[in-house]
Amino acid sequence: MSFLTIFFALLFYVATFSLVAGLAYRIRLYIKTPAPLKIPTTPAPVTRTGVALRLFREVVFFESLFKATLWTWLFGWMFHFGMFLVLLRHLRYFINPEWFWAPLVWPLVGLVQPFGLYAGFAMLAGLGGLLVRRFAVDRVRYISAPSDFIWLFWLMGIAASGLIMSFILHTDIVQLKEFTLGLMSLSPGELPVDLPLLIHLGLVAVLMALFPYSKLLHAVGIFFSPTRNQVDNPREKRHLAAWAAKYDDTRGSRDSAEGQ
Amino acid sequence: MAKVDFEIPKLKKYPEIPVVVEGTMAHSSPYVAAEKFQVQLDFPGGNGEFQEGWKEKAIEKMGELLGKYRSLQVFLDSCVKCGACTDKCHYFLGTGDPKNMPVARQDLFRAVYRRYFTFAGKYFPKLVGAVDLTEDVIKEWYSYFHQCSQCRRCSVYCPYGIDTAEISMAAREVLDHIGFGQKYCNEIIGKVYKIGNNLGLPERALADTLEGLEEDLEDETGIAVKVPLDVKGADILLVTPSADFFAEPHVDGLMGYAKVFHEAGVSWTVSSHASEAANFGMFIGSYENMQRVAIRIREAALDLGVKRIIFGECGHAWRVAYSFLNTLAGPWDFLDQNYPIPQHICEFTHNLIQDDKLTFDKSRNDDLVITFHDSCNVARASRMGDMPGGQFTIPRDILKAVCNNFHDMAPETIHEHTFCCGGGGGLLTDDLMEIRVKGMVPRAQALQDVVDEYGVTNLVAICAICKSQFAKVLPYYGMEMDMIMSLHQVLSNAIILTGQIVDDDDEAAEDAA
Repeated sequence: MSFLTIFFALLFYVATFSLVAGLAYRIRLYIKTPAPLKIPTTPAPVTRTGVALRLFREVVFFESLFKATLWTWLFGWMFHFGMFLVLLRHLRYFINPEWFWAPLVWPLVGLVQPFGLYAGFAMLAGLGGLLVRRFAVDRVRYISAPSDFIWLFWLMGIAASGLIMSFILHTDIVQLKEFTLGLMSLSPGELPVDLPLLIHLGLVAVLMALFPYSKLLHAVGIFFSPTRNQVDNPREKRHLAAWAAKYDDTRGSRDSAEGQ
Repeated sequence: MAKVDFEIPKLKKYPEIPVVVEGTMAHSSPYVAAEKFQVQLDFPGGNGEFQEGWKEKAIEKMGELLGKYRSLQVFLDSCVKCGACTDKCHYFLGTGDPKNMPVARQDLFRAVYRRYFTFAGKYFPKLVGAVDLTEDVIKEWYSYFHQCSQCRRCSVYCPYGIDTAEISMAAREVLDHIGFGQKYCNEIIGKVYKIGNNLGLPERALADTLEGLEEDLEDETGIAVKVPLDVKGADILLVTPSADFFAEPHVDGLMGYAKVFHEAGVSWTVSSHASEAANFGMFIGSYENMQRVAIRIREAALDLGVKRIIFGECGHAWRVAYSFLNTLAGPWDFLDQNYPIPQHICEFTHNLIQDDKLTFDKSRNDDLVITFHDSCNVARASRMGDMPGGQFTIPRDILKAVCNNFHDMAPETIHEHTFCCGGGGGLLTDDLMEIRVKGMVPRAQALQDVVDEYGVTNLVAICAICKSQFAKVLPYYGMEMDMIMSLHQVLSNAIILTGQIVDDDDEAAEDAA
C-alpha cells in the first residue's frame, strides 16, 4: 500500500470516529438537558403528528427561512438540496451491487446519477449566492465571523473539485471504489493518485471531523429545538422537568396566606 | 409628552430596513436595582458595582443554565449566521444599531459561551468570534439585553427556531446573580411579594377602587353590575393585570369584563392575594421568581374555593398562564375540568357570543374605525380556543361582533408576524424611553398606513403593557394617546345588558370615543 493510501485511509477513520463520537456526544447532551417550560413558537401543532409534519417542512423545505428572506432561502435551499442529491449519487461508491440487500437501493442509486451529476452545479451556485450575500448585505457582513466565510469556501472547494472530476479530469472510479469499499471492510484498496481527488477527499475528511464542533451542527440542532419540536398542549397536559419538579414541594411557603 | 434628548424617527411612506450604524444605542441602559430590592428576590446586591468574584460566578451560572435549559444549549450551538433574523427586530428597524439584530444580540452571549464552553472557542477564539468575559462585556449585556422585549418575532423566521427571548432571559438571570438586576422589573416583583400586585395597591385601596367601578357601572347602565373582591365560594377567579384597576384605557376593559360576567350570570371574584396577572419573573428569566409569583394564584384559588380561573387582557401574563401555569402551579385537579385551565377572558366572551348569550348594539361604535394589534406573547407564545391560530381569530371575531368598522393592518405586521409595541419584556420604564419610542417605528408605520387608507381611528389591544406603551408613545408619532383601546372597552360600548333602558342619544359611545 502506498503512503497516500495509508494516509487517506487513516484520515477517514479518524474523521469518521470524530464525526460519530462528536455527534453522539452532542445528541446525548441535548437529550439529557431538560426543557422545563413549554415554548413552541405559536401557532404550533397540537398533536405529535402535527409536530412531525412541522419538522418535516422545516427540514425539507426550510419553511421558516422561506418566510424570512427569499434570497437566502433560494440560495440555501439550492445548496442543501443539491448537496442531498450529490450525496445520494455518491452512495454508489459505498454499495457493492452484489450485496444481498443491494437490489433494494441500487435502482434508486442508478436513477439519481444524472440528477446528482448536475446537482453539483446547483450546490456551487447556491454557495456562491450565500457568499455574495455575506459580503454584500451590510447586516450579514456584520454578523459574519472568519469561520463563516471559511466554511463557504471549504464547501465550494469540495463541490468544485468534485465537478472537475466529473467533467474535466476524470479519475479512475473503479479503483476509487476498491478504495472506499475496502475502507469499509478495513482493508482499503489502492487510492488513485489524482490531484482533484486528493483535494476532494482531504476537504471532505476535515469537514466530517469538524462537523460536530462547528456551526455545521445546525443539522442536528433543528430536531431538538423546543420552539419547533414541542406540542402545543400545556393546558391539557402538565409538562414538568425533573429539576423543576423538585420545587413542587417547597413552593408557596414564603408568601402564602398573607392578607387572607 | 416629555421633552426628549434624542431624535424621534420619521415614519416613512414604506417600511425601510435601516443601514447598519454601530453603537447608536450603546448608551441605553436601565437603572440598576438597589441592593434592598435585589435581596427580596434572593439575588445579591451590588448597587451597580462589580463584586469580588463576579466573573467566576457569572460563568458558573451560565454553566448551570446550560444544563437546565435545552433551549439555551441548542440555540447557542445551532446558529449559522444566515441573516434571516437581521431585519426582523423592531428595535433594529427603529435604531439601525447592529447589536439590535437578533443574531448579534445572541452573539453577545454566544461569544462568551464559545470561549468558556466549546472546544473551538477555547483554542481558536478569533476564528469563531469567541471573547473573554470582561466588565465591558457585562456592561454591553446589561445594555443590549434590556433592548429586547422578548417578543419572539425572530423565532418565527429562524430556520432553527432560535428564540432570542430565551437568550436574553438567560443573560438577565446571569446579570441578576452578579448584582446587576434591573430596577424596574425587580422592584415590581418585590411589590408582588409584599402586597400582591405590580402597582403596590393594597387590599383596602383595591376594595375602594372596585366599589368606585361598581358605581360607575351603575351610573352608566342603571344596572347593579358587581366587581366582587375576595368572595369565597365564587365560581370564577378573575386574574387580571393590576393596571386594569385604574389605568386608562385598561380600566374600561375591566368594566367590560364585569358586564360580560354579569350577563353570563356567573359568580366571580377578584382576589387581593393574587391581584396581578402579570409575572415579571418571566422577563428576568428566573424560574424561581416566576413560580413564586404564579403560586399566589394557586393559593388564591384554593383559599377562595373557586372552580375556574380566567385571565384578563394581558400579553405576557397570558403566556405565563397558558403555557407555564400548569407547570409552575399545577396540577389543577381541584378546579372544574370541563373548562380550560386557565381560560382567557376572550375565550369566555367568544363562547357567549357563539351561544348568542350577549346582546350588542354595534351602531354604538359607529364613530370608531378599529384595527387590532396582536400582542407578541399572545400571538407567538400562546393560544386561544381549540385550534392553532385561535389567538388571532377569537379577538377579531369579538371585535367584528361589537363594531361595524374593522380593518386589519398589513398582513406582514399582524398575526404571527406582529410587531411589538416597543415596551414589552420589562422595558416599560421611563429610563428606557428612547428605545421604547424607536422600537415602535414598525408598528406605528403599519398603523399610520391604515389610518391613511381606511381612516382608522382606534387601535385595540389585549395587553396591559401594549396599552400603556401606546398611550405614552403614540403622541411621539403625532397620534392621540386615547387612540388605544381595550378590547372589552369596545365591547362595553356596544353591549346591552338585560333590563338596561337604552336612550337614543348615543351617550355611551360618545363617552368612550
